[in-house]
Amino acid sequence: MHMAHLLASSMGGIRAAGDLVARMQLKKMRITEAKRYVADKLHVTPLDLSDPTLMRGLREELDIGTITGVPGVAKGIAAKVRIAELLDIEINSVEQFKKKTGLHK
Amino acid sequence: MKILTRMGDSSNVELTRDELRKDLEEGSEAAAKKAKIPILTENELDYLVDMFAAPTRIWGVQRGNEVVMTKDGCVNALNSSRMSSGVVAPVNREVGVRLFESMLGFDSMEVAHNDYSVKPQRFLKALEQLHMELLQETTIFPLFYGFMPNLGLYYRPDGSFENPSDLLPFGKIDEARRTQEEALEACQKDCILMSDCMLEMGADGIDYDTVASTGDAEFLAVLRTTEHVAGETGLPVEIGMSSEMVLGFHGELEYDGVRLAGLWPHQQLELCEKAGTAIFGPVVNTNTKKTVPWNLARALTFVKACTEIAKIPIHPNVGMGVGGIPMFETPAVDVVTRCSAAMIEIGKADGL
Repeated sequence: MHMAHLLASSMGGIRAAGDLVARMQLKKMRITEAKRYVADKLHVTPLDLSDPTLMRGLREELDIGTITGVPGVAKGIAAKVRIAELLDIEINSVEQFKKKTGLHK
Repeated sequence: MKILTRMGDSSNVELTRDELRKDLEEGSEAAAKKAKIPILTENELDYLVDMFAAPTRIWGVQRGNEVVMTKDGCVNALNSSRMSSGVVAPVNREVGVRLFESMLGFDSMEVAHNDYSVKPQRFLKALEQLHMELLQETTIFPLFYGFMPNLGLYYRPDGSFENPSDLLPFGKIDEARRTQEEALEACQKDCILMSDCMLEMGADGIDYDTVASTGDAEFLAVLRTTEHVAGETGLPVEIGMSSEMVLGFHGELEYDGVRLAGLWPHQQLELCEKAGTAIFGPVVNTNTKKTVPWNLARALTFVKACTEIAKIPIHPNVGMGVGGIPMFETPAVDVVTRCSAAMIEIGKADGL
C-alpha cells in the first residue's frame, strides 16, 4: 500500500524535499503555496522539489540532512536547526532542544 | 475490447469501455445526489476512462504534481497484525519510523501506540512522550503524535458509561443522549491530555484519526479538543475522518450552531477549519459490491467538493477500504496507484 502511493504520487520525503513542503502544510499552506514557498527559499523551481537527483546534492550542500548515510552531514535535530533557519520557521523540536541546551536566545 | 479492473473487494472484473464510463458516471452521481454537490465534469471522466483503460500495471501523477504524504497508524503496517495490513515484522516503532523516513521516503510520519485508541494510550503517557522525544532527536521529517478518539471504548462493557446501543432499542432516547454527552466529556479530556503532553516533547503536530467513528458525539469531542490544542498550544492538528457522513447517534449535538449529524465531507471541513485544524482528511468508504471505478468516482466527487472550498490542505484517506481502494488487506498496486494519482489530478488533493 505505502509503496504504491510513494511510486504514484509522493514527493519522496528527504529523498527530495517532501519533508520541507510538509512543514509548510503544517502552517496551513495548500500544496501550490507550500511548494512555491519552499522553492523560493531553496532558489529552485517547484518541479525540482520532487526531483531526488537535484535534491540529493542540494540537501548535502545546504547541510539539511540526506537520505543516504554521509559522515559529517547534519542529521536529526541538527538538520532541523538548519531547516528552521532556511525556511524561516519555528520547529517545535528545535525550540525544545534550544531550551534544554541553553541555546535559546 | 474488455478492460481489466477490480471490484470493491479487490476481485478482478472486466468491463467494456461503455460499462466503465457508466460506472464512473453513476459513482459520481451517487455522491452528488447524497451531498448535493456537483458531479465530475466530462473532461474529468475522460481522464478516468483513459486511466482505467490503460493496460499498464502502475499509474502515477504528472511530474511536478507530486504531493505530501501524512500517515495514520504509525508503523502498524510493519509490526502489527492483519487488522492493520501488518506483516508482524520484528521491528519496534523507533526503527520503523526511521525506516519510513529513510527507506520509504515518507514526507512525514506519526508516532502512536499499536492499540491506537486514546483511552489505552493515556495509561502509557510517559512512554509515549519518551518515544516522541527520542525520535525528534534522530529524525528530520515532521512527526505527529496520533490516536483515534474511539468514543466507543468509553461505553460498557469496555468503559464505565452506559452504552447508547443498549438504551436505544428500548426507546430510551434521552438516556442514550445523556450517556453520549457524559462520555464525550471524558474522551475530550483524554484527547487534550495526550495532545498537550506532546508539546514539550517537540511534536510537530497531532493527528486525530478515524474521527466520528462513533458518530456526532465523538466528532464534537474532537472539534472541541482541536479548538483547545490549536488555540492554546499552537500545535498543528490533522483531522482524519472515519466515513463520508457523520452518523447521528445523538442527533442534536451542534458545534458553532451547526448540527453535526448528517454532515458530508465538505461540511465537516468547514467546521474543522473553524476549530483550527491545519490539515483535513476526508474519508469516503468503499462499497465492496461496486467496481473500483464506481467507488473512485464517488470518492473523487466528495473530495473535489472539499478541495474547491478549502482554506487548508486536504489529505483524503486513500487506504484499505477508503478513497476508492478495495476493502482488502493487500490491495493491488494497479488500483492503488490509480486511486492515488486520481485523488491528486482530479480530486486536487494537497496530500494523501
